[in-house]
Amino acid sequence: MQRFSAFALVKHALSGHQRWQPQWRDATPKPAYDAVIVGGGGHGLGAAYYLAKEHGLRNIAVLEKGWIGGGNTGRNTTIIRSNYLFDESAALYDHALKLWEGLSQDINYNVMFSQRGVLMLAHNVHDEQSFKRHIHANRLNGVDNEWLTPAQAKEFCPPLNISGNMRHPVLGAALQRRAGTARHDAVAWGYARAADALGVDIIQNCEVTAIHRDAFGHVTGVATSRGEIATRKIGVSAAGNSSVVMGMAGLRMPLESFPLQALVSEPIKPIFPCVVMSNTIHAYMSQSDKGELVIGAGTDAYTSYTQRGALHISAHTLEAICELFPDFRRMRMLRNWGGIVDVTPDRSPIIAKTPVPGLYVNCGWGTGGFKATPGAAHLFAWTIARDEPHTINAPFNLERFARGMLIDEAAAAAVAH
Amino acid sequence: MLLITCPFCGPRPELEFGYAGEAHVVRAQDPRDVSDSQWTEYLYQRSNVRGVHAERWRHAHGCAQFFNALRDTTTDHFVATYRIGESRPDAAVEAGR
Repeated sequence: MQRFSAFALVKHALSGHQRWQPQWRDATPKPAYDAVIVGGGGHGLGAAYYLAKEHGLRNIAVLEKGWIGGGNTGRNTTIIRSNYLFDESAALYDHALKLWEGLSQDINYNVMFSQRGVLMLAHNVHDEQSFKRHIHANRLNGVDNEWLTPAQAKEFCPPLNISGNMRHPVLGAALQRRAGTARHDAVAWGYARAADALGVDIIQNCEVTAIHRDAFGHVTGVATSRGEIATRKIGVSAAGNSSVVMGMAGLRMPLESFPLQALVSEPIKPIFPCVVMSNTIHAYMSQSDKGELVIGAGTDAYTSYTQRGALHISAHTLEAICELFPDFRRMRMLRNWGGIVDVTPDRSPIIAKTPVPGLYVNCGWGTGGFKATPGAAHLFAWTIARDEPHTINAPFNLERFARGMLIDEAAAAAVAH
Repeated sequence: MLLITCPFCGPRPELEFGYAGEAHVVRAQDPRDVSDSQWTEYLYQRSNVRGVHAERWRHAHGCAQFFNALRDTTTDHFVATYRIGESRPDAAVEAGR
């Protein structure tokens, strides 16, 4: 792997930048691997990277039915935070946040991680009480979170409207300063490049069509659109299509897949210094380094695999954005799109072994999987390599639904994730 | 926005309707006979079909009736809508192909 550095940049400048190597090989599938990851998004590529780096498995393939990072990794609004209410969630998401803080150095790829702060707005008494409870719970768990008055929130984010005559006035805000954003494509590319350098085969345009098992039920391989591949360990990291892939092994999942939309405006000069989220009137926004305002809308009411959502969902969000930030009322939107998110009943993910020996799953991230990418990948690799969960992901198992041990962030987070 | 045909009122815009999840998920007659795994299946496991999905809708801002629908989740095309208590009209699925 050609390492990226200021020196390399100068050196390649002398040859007109003609001698950069491709960042990863275009691998063709081998007949057998020690482990196969299904799904080439950030979570799957990261899992392959950590399997190779920390667990010594080098004979690994990542199978992606489209192109890497073309699913939810390239479709989300890039928000990273860890201010979750419950102990299990705080441990999981803060594990990810700590990995984010060193990720660019770790994989020698600038993922443009920016800890610009995430501001969550309170619009009514319930919000205020709930957010203050979150702040106290977070601080007990060593996760930074603080309460801002409307004036302090306005100082932190000048475009914010805090006038008292709004339909849903801003009564205050919770601020996590360590939270922020990262460049989503760079996360997929960086993990792909780093995994490839450790010998991982990244195989695109390769759709898994069946999972094979032996007489004892143990997995023996997968059938793909590019031929048969034998393996004794399969890690499924297929986001919205998790139910479909797990169904190939005869498993029914506690998942439903919904379209979630996002949209970006025309690019403008830097005006928006942080991330603002409002669960109550359902809008969240940040500004990318290209200058576009990146806006997250809601999910459609019904399950779907279409990767597009209804217009009234994004229109509803834009109404909220116009009220919160009147400066942006005359901005034009450039693009909108949808991704398919797999949602669990308690809105917490599943990173676990399954009843099928040799089959592991990382799914159920719903509307908030990007923020957890390094943490989920790290813990998923641990679970696959050791055939047992890490203490952090042990509560996020499949059996919690039968045992009633839900981690009910749905009740805790209300809407946005 | 989808155009949904209520079996009682005819075609109406999606905004008049509420989605109510997968159809034909039957609650046990006697909960005392039900094991943990059967409760899990009833409460949490969903088929999450990629293809023709049987689901409940409610015409909340209309006749307020629940009804069932078959919808292709890869296109959002409604194959059929039918009343609660009627069986799944799979002939309509074949005809729609």
